[in-house]
Order: sequence, then C-alpha cells, then structure tokens
Amino acid sequence: MQYSEKVLDHFSNPRNVGEIEDADGIGEVGNAKCGDIMKMYIKVDNDIITDVKFKTFGCGAAVATSSMATELIKGQPISEVLKLTNKAVVEALDGLPAVKLHCSVLAEQAIKSALSDYYTRKGIDPKPIVGDIEECEACH
Amino acid sequence: MEKRFVYADNAATTRVSEPVLKSMLPFFTEHYGNASSIYEMGRNAQKDIELAREKVAKALNASPGEIFFTSCGSESDNWAIRGVCEKLAPKGKKHIITSVFEHHAILHTCQYMEKHGYDVTYLPINEQGFVNPEDVRNAIRDDTAIVSIMYANNEIGTIQPVKEIGAICREKKVIFHTDAVQAVGNVPIDVQEQNIDILSLSGHKIHAQKGIGAIYIRKGLSLPNLIFGGAQERNKRAGTENVPAIVGLGTAIEIAVADIPERAERVTAMRNRLIDGILKLPRTRLNGSRENRLPGNCNISIEGVEGESLLLMLDMNGICASSGSACTSGSLDPSHVLLALGLKHEVAHGSLRLSISDENTDEDIDYILEVVPKVVERLRSMSPLWEKISKEQN
Repeated sequence: MQYSEKVLDHFSNPRNVGEIEDADGIGEVGNAKCGDIMKMYIKVDNDIITDVKFKTFGCGAAVATSSMATELIKGQPISEVLKLTNKAVVEALDGLPAVKLHCSVLAEQAIKSALSDYYTRKGIDPKPIVGDIEECEACH
Repeated sequence: MEKRFVYADNAATTRVSEPVLKSMLPFFTEHYGNASSIYEMGRNAQKDIELAREKVAKALNASPGEIFFTSCGSESDNWAIRGVCEKLAPKGKKHIITSVFEHHAILHTCQYMEKHGYDVTYLPINEQGFVNPEDVRNAIRDDTAIVSIMYANNEIGTIQPVKEIGAICREKKVIFHTDAVQAVGNVPIDVQEQNIDILSLSGHKIHAQKGIGAIYIRKGLSLPNLIFGGAQERNKRAGTENVPAIVGLGTAIEIAVADIPERAERVTAMRNRLIDGILKLPRTRLNGSRENRLPGNCNISIEGVEGESLLLMLDMNGICASSGSACTSGSLDPSHVLLALGLKHEVAHGSLRLSISDENTDEDIDYILEVVPKVVERLRSMSPLWEKISKEQN
C-alpha cells in the first residue's frame, strides 16, 4: 500500500479534528461494517462555511480525506462547496491507492450530509440543493 | 520516551539469522555448481542439498526421502491439495474437508477445486479458535479425498488438535494434510506420532530466506509431479535447485527445533506481558485461546479504532505490526479468521497482531506497551464511535 506524502501528513497531523457543539449541520456517513465512518460538523454564516470539524473511524486514507476535505471547504461559500468532488479531494492529496478511492467518496458524502442537515434544520428541503447522497458502493 | 525500532511481525516474516546467512554465503560465489552436474562442485552441491533434506526430515521425525523442497509454503499447500485430488480423481473421490480459517493458500485452492466439480466442507472453529476433531469425523464421506487442517493459525496462533484429527483420518483411511508454516520450529512436530500424511512448511518464518519451502509426503503416498522437466526432487519438481536457499532452510530448521521448549518459555513470557499490558485498555479482547497458542502470537481487538490507522501510527513510532493477515491488506473486508471467531465486523476491523520472536527483548515489550496506549487514545479521540462504545456496558 503506497500512500503519498500528503496523505501521510494529513493522517499524522489531521486538520480540524473534533466536534462543534453548536454546529449548524452535522453529517454522518459510512458504516462500521465496511470499516469507515465519518462525522462532519459545520458552522454556516451568510452561506459561508465558517468552521468545520470532523471525527473519523477508518483507515489512513479515510482520516486523510476527511482532513483534506475540511481544509478545502473551510471559508468557502456553500455554492462552491457543493461543487467539491471526491476527485478534487484525491487530487489535493496527490492521489490515493485504487482500493482506497471509496474513502474519498465518503468525504464528499459527509460534507453533503452535513449540508443536508443544515437545510433541514432551517426548514428547507435539501434535496433540490444538495441532491441525492448515494451510499458508498464499496459498502455493499 | 526514546523512539526505537521494534519488529513485531514475525508471523509475516522473520529476519535471516546470522548462522543461516553464513551457511548460505559460500553457495553464491564459491560452491555455485549446478547440483545436477557430474564434476566435483556439482556433486558437492548435491551433497549439501541432501544434508539439508536430512535436517528438515529430522526436525519432523520423517525420513529424507519424504521431504521435497519447494519455493514456499503456498506452493506446498497447492501441491498437497491439487496433487491428492488429481491422484484420487479416478477413484471418484471428489470431496475436500478443510476449515474456515485456513490460510488463503488453502482456501483459494479449495475454491478453485470447487469450480472443477469438487465438493468442499469448510469446518467451523469454536470461539476459542479451535477445530473440533469430531467435526472432522462427521464430515468424512466415502468420496473424501483429503482433510487439510492447519497446524497453527497464522492470525490468532491457536494450535489445532492435529494428532487427534490425524488419528481420525488414519482410522477412516483419508489423507491428512496440515499447513504447518506457522508451527514449524515453534512447537515440537512429529509426523509419525501425530498421524500426518502431508505437511507444508516455509523457510522465511524461521529465520531462513523468503522463497524456500518444503513439503513432507509420507512414504508410499506418491503425488503427481508438480513441475515437469529435469530430474530434480526425484522427478517430482523439476527446476535447478536453489542451493543457497535450501542450505539456509536446513540450517534454520536445525536451529529452530534444537531448543523449542526453552525458547517457547522465554517468548511466551514476553508475549503474556504484551497481552496483559494491552488488555488493560478498556474495550479490548484477546482473539483466540491463550492456552494452546503459538508462543509469539498476540492478537487483540481494540474497539473504536480501525486497524490500518493503528498500524500506520505504530509505524510512525517505529513498530512493525500487522492487522489480521498481511496477505489480506488491500481488501476491504476484515479478516476471515476473526469473523470465523464470531467477531462483529467493526470489532474485527480494529484488530492488532503483534508476533514476536526470540530476537525481541523485554525492552521491546516495554516500548510497545508505552506506545500502544497512546496511539489508541489518540485514535479513539478522533473516532465518532468511541464515545458511544465507551459508555456501553462491557
């Protein structure tokens, strides 16, 4: 298993680990059965992600993609965050081994799940904005 | 705490020991003759191969004519299963009995045989990690070609009731094979007393190099040839002999079986300290029985952490360990061995295998016991599962 230096860096020094007590949105994806669970907390102000924290149970790639995803969305407007793809997370980490690509999907889903929660709390149907959050294929 | 390097993955492979290396070196540049050649250098190579064969035979209480050198344990396993099946196919024997927690060298061979019309019974293990000999008896049918049960499990180290299983097979006149890759050199083996017909072993688990193995095939039980070509290995497995590796295996096995009880006592004491130390952490469990376990094997599930993360962090601290079996890394599924023990997927994902040898020291154990709790605490603090798990009743 070859991880890039960036993956190892984000694994050993993950950014934005933790919880946000008064989060505006919380998303949790994955399942313990497949070995990866990501929980993402966001604070939103004026449609901008002002703060984000995560907790992850999973492999090195899962921790690193969570960390990188939080870095990529922090301070960004929701409209930009919604455009974030798992591919962008993988590229920012200088790639992932093929068997670990599903972890990056999980990171994208965790963000979308947190945003869905944010809209739901505000009484807005998240589906037209966030879209469907498909289950990770690797978990089946 | 000063960082140190601790190799605690001896079930994956071992360091080539100095005596083994020393015995091998002349065969690269001085005694490099082809063992099939007529001149003295060739004849000498042949003599040294036979000397190594005698050492392997002696280690198992077999005779040299019953030992064949192969390239690895997996090759021996493949030859045993496929060879016996081919041999007995004309008699209509198309049933194999094995267990759910074998090494993939056995399991994948059995799956291949299933695709070719064979019926395979995969016996369960109990929650302590043992196959019940009576299950073997009950599974034997008129068309059973072979029973293959590992001597000791590679992940959880449990030593199987080989002698009893062998006796049942003998009584029922079924060929009994055991994959003894993890057991050789760690527990006393006697193929005659233990009713073993075929046995697989590997060099690199006992301080020989990678790429050398052997198979014991009981006299009178002739398996079909594995490789066609020259007359090497009594026509059974052609190909110019890897003389340095064979000599190294001979040295390694001779050393390994010379002091099994004393070494087992030393290694077991270190291992027990390791087990007891890690089990002090909440929500941990030892996988497999502590009794009848390989001296160096420690396999513990640590809830709330995931195995690969744990290994990466241990690596950053200089500790080489394994999670489940190294052969399964790259797969997303947790270890088939731990699932067979009845562990839940999420618990199996968080397992740690430390396998120590006599080359480890008490200082190594101290260091592991300092690092593991810190790493576990760190990973648990990052884990969305831990808060919930830690509040559950143990």
